[in-house]
Amino acid sequence: MNIKINGESRDLGDLDLRTPLLWVLRDELNLVGAKYGCGISQCGACTILVNSVAVKSCSYPVGSVGDADVTTIEGLADSDGELTAVQKAWIDLDVAQCGYCQSGQVMAAEALLRAIPNPSDDQIDQAMASNICRCGTYIRIRDAVKSAANELATDVGGGA
Amino acid sequence: MTSLNYDGIAEIVDTITSSREELNNASTPLRIVKLDRRQFLKMTGAVGGGLMLSFSAPKAIANKDTGAFQPNGYVKIDSSGIVLYAKNPEIGQGVKTSLPMIVAEELDAAWEDVTVEQSRIDQAAYGMQFAGGSTAIPMNWTALRRAGATARSMLVKAAANRWNVSVDALTTESSEVIHGSSGRRATYLELANEAAALDVPNGDSVPLKDPSDFHILGRRVTGVDNEALVRGEPLFGIDQTVPGMKYAVCQKCAAIGGTVKSANLEDIKKMSGIVDAFVLEGNDNAGELLPGVAVVADSTWAALEAKRALNIEWEETGASTDSWSDAINEAERLRHEPGPRVVDIGNVDTAFANSVKQASGFYRYAFASHAQLEPQNCTASFSDGKLELWAPTQTPGAAIMSAARIVGIQPTNVTLHQKRCGGGFGRRLYNDFVCEAAAIAKHVGVPVKLQWTREDDMAYDLYRAGGFHQMHGSVDENGKITGWRNRFITFTNDGNRPVSGGGISPGVFPGGLLENIRVEQTALEWKNRCAAWRAPGSNVFAFVVGSFLHELAHIAGRDHLEVLLEVLGEPRQLGPRGMHTGRAAGVVELAAEKAGWGRELEEGRGMGVAFYYSHAGHIAEVADVSVSEDKKVKVHKVTVAADVGPIVNLSGAENQVQGSVVDGISTMFDLAVSFENGRVQQTNFDKYSMMRMPSAPEIDVHFVRSDYPPTGLGEPAFPPLAPAVYNAIFAATGQRARTMPISEEGFTLA
Repeated sequence: MNIKINGESRDLGDLDLRTPLLWVLRDELNLVGAKYGCGISQCGACTILVNSVAVKSCSYPVGSVGDADVTTIEGLADSDGELTAVQKAWIDLDVAQCGYCQSGQVMAAEALLRAIPNPSDDQIDQAMASNICRCGTYIRIRDAVKSAANELATDVGGGA
Repeated sequence: MTSLNYDGIAEIVDTITSSREELNNASTPLRIVKLDRRQFLKMTGAVGGGLMLSFSAPKAIANKDTGAFQPNGYVKIDSSGIVLYAKNPEIGQGVKTSLPMIVAEELDAAWEDVTVEQSRIDQAAYGMQFAGGSTAIPMNWTALRRAGATARSMLVKAAANRWNVSVDALTTESSEVIHGSSGRRATYLELANEAAALDVPNGDSVPLKDPSDFHILGRRVTGVDNEALVRGEPLFGIDQTVPGMKYAVCQKCAAIGGTVKSANLEDIKKMSGIVDAFVLEGNDNAGELLPGVAVVADSTWAALEAKRALNIEWEETGASTDSWSDAINEAERLRHEPGPRVVDIGNVDTAFANSVKQASGFYRYAFASHAQLEPQNCTASFSDGKLELWAPTQTPGAAIMSAARIVGIQPTNVTLHQKRCGGGFGRRLYNDFVCEAAAIAKHVGVPVKLQWTREDDMAYDLYRAGGFHQMHGSVDENGKITGWRNRFITFTNDGNRPVSGGGISPGVFPGGLLENIRVEQTALEWKNRCAAWRAPGSNVFAFVVGSFLHELAHIAGRDHLEVLLEVLGEPRQLGPRGMHTGRAAGVVELAAEKAGWGRELEEGRGMGVAFYYSHAGHIAEVADVSVSEDKKVKVHKVTVAADVGPIVNLSGAENQVQGSVVDGISTMFDLAVSFENGRVQQTNFDKYSMMRMPSAPEIDVHFVRSDYPPTGLGEPAFPPLAPAVYNAIFAATGQRARTMPISEEGFTLA
């Protein structure tokens, strides 16, 4: 089977279609940015985008991907390696502690800002509530999402 | 029967942590109580010999052959750049950034010129390498300054030789040596070759900077791995791959101490993608290798599918039958009986008899899991009598010793690559997962990555022990506290001494501060493993003593802040490792002032204050909460004042404090692990609900600029949070909660 990941079609051979996408990414494609945390869609460390929507890849069978576009954290930067506003905000605000959840947090934030470019505080809280940070960096995550939203708004001329 | 041996790790933690709280457990009187109706086989207490704690001195290493200037293990400069080595495991406490900042400061390098790499594990070169006890900064501060200063002095000497001028005529700035009078400049990179040819001076002889000249320390510096993190690059243990690697899982007995009687190994081996399935014998040391069935497969998913298909018959004679409900019942009985006295100063009985008012309260806290977000994993390769490990461990040195023993080779034949850890919180002080990976790799003869599931992680943790305190205290006619009794009921794994983090000491707050004080200690026998969990001991004692102090202030009809400051008293140092009451009062007053203590609040809203000294850190916190009719608690704001000496990385320090507050709220509201018939009842995060973003309050952090030596921040901001919030809930509602998690008393987080 083939699936589209980060803009490329990848041949997966004859894989068990029930295999969670997380393990396909990590074991078969060497894309290890998405992390295993709980395996039951509770922590969000495995969050990736399927057609720009945040999905918990630990519970998403590879057979469900079909011809959708899968984006992992490795696929966010452009072809020159330029980071997105979300990624930059995460570095600028020194969000991470252990950093293990942050790949999932960044992907959840990307999904939020693609759907709602100028989210309210409440919308940020609700969107990011799917992701646990065991180290407790929520305040910085919240600030980084806001900072990225502002950056994006400036880039496109005030969000017009 | 299984013994517990942590290779001295528990001792390291006990010795280096906190105030005096963890000390002398072995020598304090202790009554051991077997739980009712239970047959306990005694675990023999063979705790590993004490490792010497030493401050690591930078050691000169031969550098003349490589061309690179490498005067010690921390600095390497050649024409391609400046590399600084971070010696300790990174578990989220920020040491991969903060420790090299100290070297860079004295090296007088521009931080932007520096690349940081994880050092090799080499305790001869680096001294002890571990993450625990908030010790990285205090233990390495001087050595790292000398390491940087030594390198700088050699670069200056190299420039002096090149220009034929005196070293006194030279200065350094931003990775350059400057001859002011001639305007000549040379970069460190240009000088590296010449510096490498010089003898390394004694580190004690090189001058250190005056702190007023610091330009890196105290700044906000973003973590050195942040870019790699947001690019999804492999950093963590779980991200490791090696050529020819297979994927391993291991199923252990739900009741610890159980062994494998039989398993459907032949059926499992026939499954698709399975390389091998076999019984793994334990090594009679529950701190190293637990028995189970190992499955090795071509992929993680194939291994997990096989794990689900396992059908194992367990031999549970002698396995854990621990029951939390039995423990609660037993503690309910024991709280009425005096226990052996850990400390008995003055005369509490007389103080109680002569008092005007008395209060008592029975406090209880549950067991808790570390729940570090990266489940345990380790990659191991064994061939030709040599073992190679890629491990996310907090104690790489101990991991090497244990793993060598497991596979039957000398420690010198083990190489361990330190991997970034997805959280630690104390769980990775213990290397059972490393031992398991080593044993499996040796058995199958190919490299394996062992992966624990979250369910494994919850079931085979070394938990923060639960505990019980029957508190009793008195006040006189002036509302002054006259007597304090803390009757503590804890747990023992080895039948000799309390579990690590579950032993109380004479110094426990308000030890040394009151005239009449008595602390008693009794331990219940317990088989499930318990050990250090962020701020061991302090993480629960602070809740009890910080709440009960408020109870006494309340019966005295006095303001809690005023009573707290009165208890702290005149500024003085309480013993060599104890708190300084002046620093304590300083942070209490600062937190109160910043929070607006004493101002009028609306109905249903309240403020609470707490102070705790642990891990050499003086920290006060004020919580501002609202509680609704249906006991929903909104934590609006937590104000923190901390005195930990000079700050190394302001961004990292603030992050640790904010994270400790969030962790504290998360833990006090909802986190509990319970046991029945030896089995852990909470199997995954759906039954162990950590706090999420909508509940995160505003957190206002203030650091006192003091000239005391710098100390760590991974732990000390955690303990004061719970009592501050419990006290705020009392202020808001008049209801005194004495159970942690507080959800067991019906209070939930809004």
